[in-house]
Amino acid sequence: MKASIIVFPGSNCDRDIAVSIKKLTDLEPIMVWHKETSIPDSDLIVIPGGFTFGDYLRCGSIAANSPIMNDVIKKATDGLPTLGICNGFQILTESGLLPGTLIKNDCLSFLCKTVSIRVENNETNFSKKYKQNEVINIPIAHNEGNFFANEDTLKKIKDSNQIIFKYCNQNGEVNNETNPNGSIENIAGITNEQGNVLGMMPHPERATCEITKLSDGENLFKSISEFLL
Amino acid sequence: MIKITKEIVEEHGINSEEYDFILKSLRREPTITELGIFSAMWSEHCSYKSSKYWLSQLPTKNEFVIQGPGENAGVIDIGDGYAAVFKMESHNHPSFIEPYQGAATGVGGILRDVFTMGARPVALLNSIRFGETSHEKTKHLLTGVVSGIGGYGNCMGIPTVGGEVEFNSSYNDNILVNAMCVGIAKKNKIFYSKASGIGNSVVYVGSKTGRDGIHGATMASAEFDENSEEKRPTVQVGDPFSEKLLLEACMELMKMDVIVAIQDMGAAGLTSSAVEMAGKGNLGIELDLDKVPCREDKMSAYEIMLSESQERMLMILEPDKESIAKEIFEKWELDFSVIGKLTDTNRLIINHQKEIKADIILDILEKGAPSYKRPYEINIFDDEDIKEDTLINENPISILKKMISSPNLCSRKWVWEQYDHMVMTDTVLLPGGDSAIIRVHGTNKGLSVTSDSTPRYCASDPYEGGKQAVAEAWRNLISVGSLPIAITDCMNFGNPEKKEIMGQFAGVIKGMIEACNTLNFPVVSGNVSLYNETNGKGINPTPVIGGVGVVENLDVFSDQNLKRKDDFILIIGKTTGHLTQSIYANELLNDKKGLPPKVNLDEELKNGLALRELINKKFIDTSHDISDGGLLIALTEMSMKNLIGFNINVEKDNLNSYLFGEDQARYAVAVEKHKIEDVRLLLNEKNVFFEEIGRTCNNEIIINNKKINILELKKIYENWFNNYLSKAS
Repeated sequence: MKASIIVFPGSNCDRDIAVSIKKLTDLEPIMVWHKETSIPDSDLIVIPGGFTFGDYLRCGSIAANSPIMNDVIKKATDGLPTLGICNGFQILTESGLLPGTLIKNDCLSFLCKTVSIRVENNETNFSKKYKQNEVINIPIAHNEGNFFANEDTLKKIKDSNQIIFKYCNQNGEVNNETNPNGSIENIAGITNEQGNVLGMMPHPERATCEITKLSDGENLFKSISEFLL
Repeated sequence: MIKITKEIVEEHGINSEEYDFILKSLRREPTITELGIFSAMWSEHCSYKSSKYWLSQLPTKNEFVIQGPGENAGVIDIGDGYAAVFKMESHNHPSFIEPYQGAATGVGGILRDVFTMGARPVALLNSIRFGETSHEKTKHLLTGVVSGIGGYGNCMGIPTVGGEVEFNSSYNDNILVNAMCVGIAKKNKIFYSKASGIGNSVVYVGSKTGRDGIHGATMASAEFDENSEEKRPTVQVGDPFSEKLLLEACMELMKMDVIVAIQDMGAAGLTSSAVEMAGKGNLGIELDLDKVPCREDKMSAYEIMLSESQERMLMILEPDKESIAKEIFEKWELDFSVIGKLTDTNRLIINHQKEIKADIILDILEKGAPSYKRPYEINIFDDEDIKEDTLINENPISILKKMISSPNLCSRKWVWEQYDHMVMTDTVLLPGGDSAIIRVHGTNKGLSVTSDSTPRYCASDPYEGGKQAVAEAWRNLISVGSLPIAITDCMNFGNPEKKEIMGQFAGVIKGMIEACNTLNFPVVSGNVSLYNETNGKGINPTPVIGGVGVVENLDVFSDQNLKRKDDFILIIGKTTGHLTQSIYANELLNDKKGLPPKVNLDEELKNGLALRELINKKFIDTSHDISDGGLLIALTEMSMKNLIGFNINVEKDNLNSYLFGEDQARYAVAVEKHKIEDVRLLLNEKNVFFEEIGRTCNNEIIINNKKINILELKKIYENWFNNYLSKAS
């Protein structure tokens, strides 16, 4: 089984995600250059974090128009599991695979810290190894992670149970004080309506190692692995 | 042709003696391009003309050093076939004029110095110094510099894991931005800058050349005045995205056996890289500037040679291997152009638009470069003590509250949360402690990294200050349990033509030499930034020391956070209560008189090695170096993360000087109850002085029965930056 990791100019979490996939799943990570026009036979697509095209114009907007994206959109729409982290989430919203958009943090600066997020829906293939409402600690590192959707879109997202993670505190409380970037309803990660495409701002691949005292991201990879087996 | 007048020569920062030498060596008047080349190569920044004499006396070798000063960066052996490559560099003047771009390109420059040697950068650190907080420019400069550093490093995907922030009036009109980068390479795959192979191609890669940064190196070597903002066009503009592409393209090419030599185009751009590479190989070099990729039309030879546009590299390739390199750089959409060749003439020949614009014997530029032993006078402050009646007559808790919420002791979280410090997923010990620890990817080994300086000590006694800067970097590496290996230095001083400033430089170097020798902690790379003056007033002498150590096994290291209640609290090293030049005296009493604490290097070595042994034997997992602010500040910092406090009883005649004095060679440690006997035994065996002053406890800090809740302290400790920046100035 294979996981295709799409590498754009400026991707910088591609190696990190490959390490986590290798360690925690039975998938073999393969790097796919953005200029390719088709994705090799894969069981998972990953769009890693970074600053694709320097975040110029608008985060993720140039990458969303790279040659490889036609095939990403096709395969994701056909139901292939697809995971976008941080800049990958931004690329997924820019390419229309996920609803909403990510705007500048309300603190107006880049923010790197470990935050608590609450699992809102553990019935997806990305989250089934977590308990419902479980609070997990995962690092964030972004300048534009403030999720926004208009009222109608937000209603649809909620109605079809697409919110997977919300920012909270250690006790699982979700409110303004536990919102690091101004995201609407503290949203940290969502899926598409079918549930096979997940975009999230926190970096689960940065929480897969005992030695850094962060390992709450492991169950995300184990969920994917279990589903694919 | 431009006539070279006396004014033009002066504007190029070349004095009459130096110009006479140029005339004599060339046996003719230089062209304007040649004058520009001399000016850049002989600037203080590139030639080290005032500092060479002193720098050459620093110890540069120990059993781990693979490459000392003189290359793009220093290289040390870290075992298992790996090497660490590191250097620190200043970008002071540009950051004052344009804080975001100045700081960003400082980071970009130091990254290139490291990856040009074949090492993948794995950590960045930044020592940044600003004027006093009430100065009108400080907020603007602080926010600009911090976001510039973050903007570049974050985009590159290299974690920024440490550094320092200081506020002091001596930097009011001359801030310091010193960036350090550490990279890791295979020991047998290090790339050097020495050109070889007559007829080999000189290849330009990276971004295009523009008019930015022209004469940056000369600007960095001149004092500032009220008109310095007019120099804005000389500040380079960085593009971290291009640099990320350049990094990946270089890494890809370096896996193949193609590159003969490589150097980044940093200060003085194409000029210094061409001259230094050919000069090191004792060869000549001929360039055709019509082949240089330019961003703007009609750039002159002078402009192309002196441009400091960022994200560019110069490589030497064998002609039949050009196509391999070209393919890789084209994949990454970077410029690739063969712009010249190596010759056996020892001449630098510049062709542009069918004319020879420069023809200089390289030896004149390199070996003929001026070197001055400038007159110096080492001054130290009078030995005055603090008058007892000026001491603050308050209980220690209320003094602690004032100190922990002051600009120079409060939490730096606001700064490092704007830096991605976790990308690459190898940051084992996060910013905020004595040293950060970075795992060597794919192994169970780590690198400890730190940067430090105490300029107020150097100002009052340069020799002791020089010793202290090296000793504190060493101590920072020891207190996480690592083996300190080597340092890089960034020497920031005022105008060396003044004998008291030259005396500060000489004194600091003498102190550093002694500390480096005793601690077996040599200098492998570095940078000098002189003329840090505005309107005739120099900054505090600021030798920033970047240290690198090795953690053999990541299962065994220590950090500063208290972990359990009922641990024993020990202070390793003697506390005499030295208050002059402490933060307590300087900032609370506003008393800047007197001498700094003396550094007893034998004591440093003995105490440090004993602590390292305790950590390696797993007797201690919590330790912190005692430095700025003294013992009580160190213990308080240890309490913040896990909200574990301490209850100490101190019966001393002068409680303030005991708690806030800054005696050297000290560490605060916490020891579990069942290990205390082992710890006592080992320290006694090694004849190390220590005191047991109390025990850890939950949630509170208690000093002689006076209490405060840690959360209350934490709030004022962590909120200073936000409060400061949200206030309208």
